Amino acid sequence: MMYSEKVMDHFMNPRNVGEIADADGVGQVGNPKCGDIMKMYLKIENDVITDVKFKTFGCGAAVATSSMATELVKGKTIDEALKITNKAVAEALDGLPPVKMHCSVLAEEAIRAAIDDYKRRKGLIDDSGTCDACSKRCEDIHHHMNDEDE
Amino acid sequence: MSTRTIYLDHAATTYVKKEVLEAMLPWFTENYGNPSTVYSIGRASKKAIEEARETVARIIGAEPREIFFTGSGTEADNWAIKGAAYANMKKGKHIITTSIEHHAVLHTCQYLESEGFEVTYLPVDEYGLVTPEQVEAAIRPDTILISIMFANNEIGTIQPIAEIGKIARAKGICFHTDAVQAMGNIRINVSDLNVDMLSMSAHKFYGPKGVGALYIRKGVKLTSFMHGGAQERGRRASTENVPGIVGLAKALELADKNMDEYNRKLIALRDRTIEEIEKKIPFVRLNGHREKRLPGNVNFSFEFIEGESLLLMLDMKGIAASSGSACTSGSLDPSHVLLAIGLPHEIAHGSLRLTFGEENTDEDVDYLMEVLPEIVQRLREMSPLYEEIRNKNSDGHK
Repeated sequence: MMYSEKVMDHFMNPRNVGEIADADGVGQVGNPKCGDIMKMYLKIENDVITDVKFKTFGCGAAVATSSMATELVKGKTIDEALKITNKAVAEALDGLPPVKMHCSVLAEEAIRAAIDDYKRRKGLIDDSGTCDACSKRCEDIHHHMNDEDE
Repeated sequence: MSTRTIYLDHAATTYVKKEVLEAMLPWFTENYGNPSTVYSIGRASKKAIEEARETVARIIGAEPREIFFTGSGTEADNWAIKGAAYANMKKGKHIITTSIEHHAVLHTCQYLESEGFEVTYLPVDEYGLVTPEQVEAAIRPDTILISIMFANNEIGTIQPIAEIGKIARAKGICFHTDAVQAMGNIRINVSDLNVDMLSMSAHKFYGPKGVGALYIRKGVKLTSFMHGGAQERGRRASTENVPGIVGLAKALELADKNMDEYNRKLIALRDRTIEEIEKKIPFVRLNGHREKRLPGNVNFSFEFIEGESLLLMLDMKGIAASSGSACTSGSLDPSHVLLAIGLPHEIAHGSLRLTFGEENTDEDVDYLMEVLPEIVQRLREMSPLYEEIRNKNSDGHK
């Protein structure tokens, strides 16, 4: 398995690592059982993401996709950020090995989870439901992985 | 990138020693004759194989006719297990093994299950040990084979092979041990241990890749695995890998000669590394047994971080190591061995295996201990799991 230079760069020098104490939205996806968790913090002003930080437990690809996802959402409106797909994250990293595509899925879900949290806090969406991403289990994530293998 | 390279993955493979390579070289070029032929260069090859066989036999306390060369340790395991199963299937279809075997044994047993055999996978304790009592209790009237690894490749735990051998012998059940990791690290005498079959692989003890051997005690019934010519007394067909066989014997001879010194050196490096990791890095767990472990094996779990990240960062510093995390195995689950000793998935994902070898020095450990705590800390600072723990015990480790 080989990582692209860009993946290695984002792994060794991850952008936007950390926490935002007064974040407007925080999303956490993944499961320690599966070996990856991403937590994303957003600062949002007038629906524009002005700052973003992340923390990740996971492999090289998990760290790199988290880092790239934060770069991609910074300065975007929340609607634009919601349009960022896992493929876009992977492409921005010059690709991922097939068995690591699920990391990019997790990155996409982390963005969504953080924005959902922001919307909930603002009362923009129903508070009762949990987001899809947060309830994802290993098996679901691994389905993505198997798809990529085929 | 670091300019320094420190190889700490000798359980994965070793380099070929210079003396071994030199012993092998003539058998590629001048003495290339097929051992099955009658003319002089063929006879020379045949003689070289038989000398190699005598060397291996002498070192493990066997007779030369009980040593069979194979293409790998995996092949030796496959042959021993499938061969014994099929040869004895009229007597019974029950096999006993452990849950922490190498995949060469585990997947072979799973295959045999699909062929109608029954397999008992003995659980291990928190150190990765099975007890002779467990083995004895699992024996049934239809048990035809016991296969238990000598020493574990991941956590280095050494099993009570002599005691298990005694039980197997008393019950008249064929006993195989996968000694791929043990050979060259532990003195092994198949007669003292009551072992009936034993697998080994040259590239784990400074020999070449692509050659192994299976010891088969005289009288043990085994079906052939490779059908073809009359090589290896008709039991393992295919033209012999003469340079490989010569290399295996030479490497084993050197390992046997230097074993005491080699062990002393590796145990010192191992114990120092274990001690320093426990002293310098919080939230760690030593995997495997403290004493009953391979001389060069260190295996730790580092909480809150994932193994592949750790390996990549170590690699950037020039250190080659391995991990039992799912991400490094290419499968979905972390190592079956780490799960079998009771580690939760998330702790198993954060494992690091360091296996020392001949060329390692105290300076290597100095360097490792210079970079490892920093890397672990850096990954923890990035980890949401560490953040949770830190928030919980605000007076805890930093």
